[in-house]
Amino acid sequence: MASSVSDVSVLATADQRDAYLKGLVQAVKAAVPGDLGLGGMRSRAEALLNEQAFPSTRDEDWRFTDLSAMLSIEFAVAGESAVDEAAIADLRLPETAGAQIVVVNGRVSTALSRIENLPPEAVVGSLGSSPDLSAKLGERLAQASGSHEVFTALNTVGFQDAVVIWLPRNVVVETPIQIIYVSRLQGNPAIVQPRCLVVAESGSAATLVEDFWGNSADSQFTNSVSELWLDANAQVSHSRIQREGAGTFHIGKTVVTQARDSQYVGTAVDFGAKLARHNWEIYQTGEQTTTKLYGLGAIANTQHADTHSLVALSHPHGTVEQEHKAIVDGKAHSVFNGRMAVAQKAQLTSASQLNRNLLLSDKARVDTKPQLEIVADNVKCAHGATVSQLQADEIFYLQSRGISAPQAQRLLIYAFAMEILETVSVATLRSRLAALISQWT
Amino acid sequence: MGISAEMVHCFANAPYESLVTDKNFNFNAQEHGGRYPPYRRGMINENSDIILSVRDLRASVDGTEIIKGLNLEVRAGEIHAIMGLNGSGKSTFSKVLVGHPDYEVTAGEIHFKGQNILELEPHDRATSGIFLAFQYPLEIPGVSNRDFLRVAFNAHRKARGEEEIDVFDFDDLIEEKLDVVKMDASFLDRSVNEGFSGGEKKRNEILQMALLEPVLAILDETDSGLDIDALKTVAGGVNQLSTPDNAVVLITHYQRLLDYIVPDYVHVMADGRIITTGGKDLAKQLESRGYEWVLEEFRTGVTA
Repeated sequence: MASSVSDVSVLATADQRDAYLKGLVQAVKAAVPGDLGLGGMRSRAEALLNEQAFPSTRDEDWRFTDLSAMLSIEFAVAGESAVDEAAIADLRLPETAGAQIVVVNGRVSTALSRIENLPPEAVVGSLGSSPDLSAKLGERLAQASGSHEVFTALNTVGFQDAVVIWLPRNVVVETPIQIIYVSRLQGNPAIVQPRCLVVAESGSAATLVEDFWGNSADSQFTNSVSELWLDANAQVSHSRIQREGAGTFHIGKTVVTQARDSQYVGTAVDFGAKLARHNWEIYQTGEQTTTKLYGLGAIANTQHADTHSLVALSHPHGTVEQEHKAIVDGKAHSVFNGRMAVAQKAQLTSASQLNRNLLLSDKARVDTKPQLEIVADNVKCAHGATVSQLQADEIFYLQSRGISAPQAQRLLIYAFAMEILETVSVATLRSRLAALISQWT
Repeated sequence: MGISAEMVHCFANAPYESLVTDKNFNFNAQEHGGRYPPYRRGMINENSDIILSVRDLRASVDGTEIIKGLNLEVRAGEIHAIMGLNGSGKSTFSKVLVGHPDYEVTAGEIHFKGQNILELEPHDRATSGIFLAFQYPLEIPGVSNRDFLRVAFNAHRKARGEEEIDVFDFDDLIEEKLDVVKMDASFLDRSVNEGFSGGEKKRNEILQMALLEPVLAILDETDSGLDIDALKTVAGGVNQLSTPDNAVVLITHYQRLLDYIVPDYVHVMADGRIITTGGKDLAKQLESRGYEWVLEEFRTGVTA
């Protein structure tokens, strides 16, 4: 057993963690704008938070991701701020022209957002500017499974604004929709809580890019929640890019609720932040859903990136394909926990999961855990995990063809990453990410 | 059986005919300046440049000596075959030539086109014109064959001080080269060697050779495991790429390859050195009689 000394220190921090969470709740609550009419939803979330503690590495879900560095930082809610067009111009993708929403400090910027290229039936904008949805919102916003989780609930208590993308039945949006999340802070450590709600009604289809971007080394806590609802036969292709500043703690939740015959293809890329955690949860509510999850982390120095995914299947004929890769250099630490829960009713499920990790230094660390919970008896579920270094014989083979050792390494890293980046459906984004990887080491 | 370093050295400097054990090889080397005759195809030109000169080479892996005093000279236009039993050091020799980091050269010299290459990095040896077709070509998932070939080709161009070739010009060039090995263009868009059959991997090696146009090509057991059709294709490719200005070293177990690529010289390796050298008929004798008689003659020759 652990020594009494460490028990004492854990107990001491337990109180500290409780107080810290209460402080965060009070801070975000105090800054809530009054005009969104979400009082009931927020107070329910606050009640859930009162039952919980700020996570420590004693919690199984946080075993490998230590948040204690946050405890000494007092985060205040980031105020309203303006960002120059010049600061984000490079982030706009040509393919998404006229379908771009820019979120500054968790609030939709009407000055920077451009949504003229979207079909009129689609409702795209901020929560405050979508009054005709208010009756329907209550069924979706903060209603997905897993809403009680501590950081999700914290977001619900205090988000300042939400991006809303609502696609009515059979509306197919050809232009990919891009959401750019940026922060402009006034020096003090700040908490920013982006919120996004995507509802794809039955038969609708869209491509969504979420880009969390930052270039500041200042302390920041981004606590984002994106809820995606895919109704029957809806199709959503989703790219989530996290390249936040070097001082950012990024805790993000993506929760996808899939009705029958729907298809969700998601690619999540983690390049940035000091510490990043992505909770990626898929809940199936009907049969014959298709789910493809692709993940890539490329981290160095003392960065930490953690992906916790959950695919919960409760209906037959579901198909899940998941591949998550990490490239880990320096003293960085990558964590992957891939949970698949196949309930008794989810017969004839076909699921595969692969986690591959490339360690580029002796000090780099990877923790990986496939977690298959299969109750149904007639299913195909395959999983695998590998951790390896660049193969010396592969490098030599390339060298023997005239390619220098450093160039050979870059080529192999690039190849490793591109298998995931190929799944990004917007071509310019794909090539920009590829360029980042090719310059990465 | 032990051979001292002096003996090996002595051996290396002996006139060629004393090494010839091929009994059907009636040729008086003295009349031909001490060199082999235009034995088969007139590629041998005693005045042609020396491409590879290996002198008293010794090399170890993990402290175990594998190459124990090897001598070899290869001139432009020549095709050499190196044969020998498993463990004789043939493959090690090929890896030492291209600078594999697992092998340490402890003595001797390797000169390529007059330059000592022992200090050169593998990629510099490659761009200076040495090519090894691997016995077991590596699979590189995620790197398309096309990209791999283009990057390699451009590394060679860059080393020569030439502009890199762009994607479109490269595509034209590589389509042309595919004919040499009768490969389908669809192989270009697959990952390097991934899921290729044995024969496809070997053909891909020859495709790289066709593209990079080495001065010295070393084929390490390229014939092993090939069916006859693939063997003919590979051999045809190599023959097509042979010119009076380059040279080929074939490392093989089997005489069969030498029916299709006719060597000027056949060397037998044993215990880390070349113990005898002959013409193409030596290979046939090895095929029919095995190696024991060669080893025996070598032993008696040394002890006599």
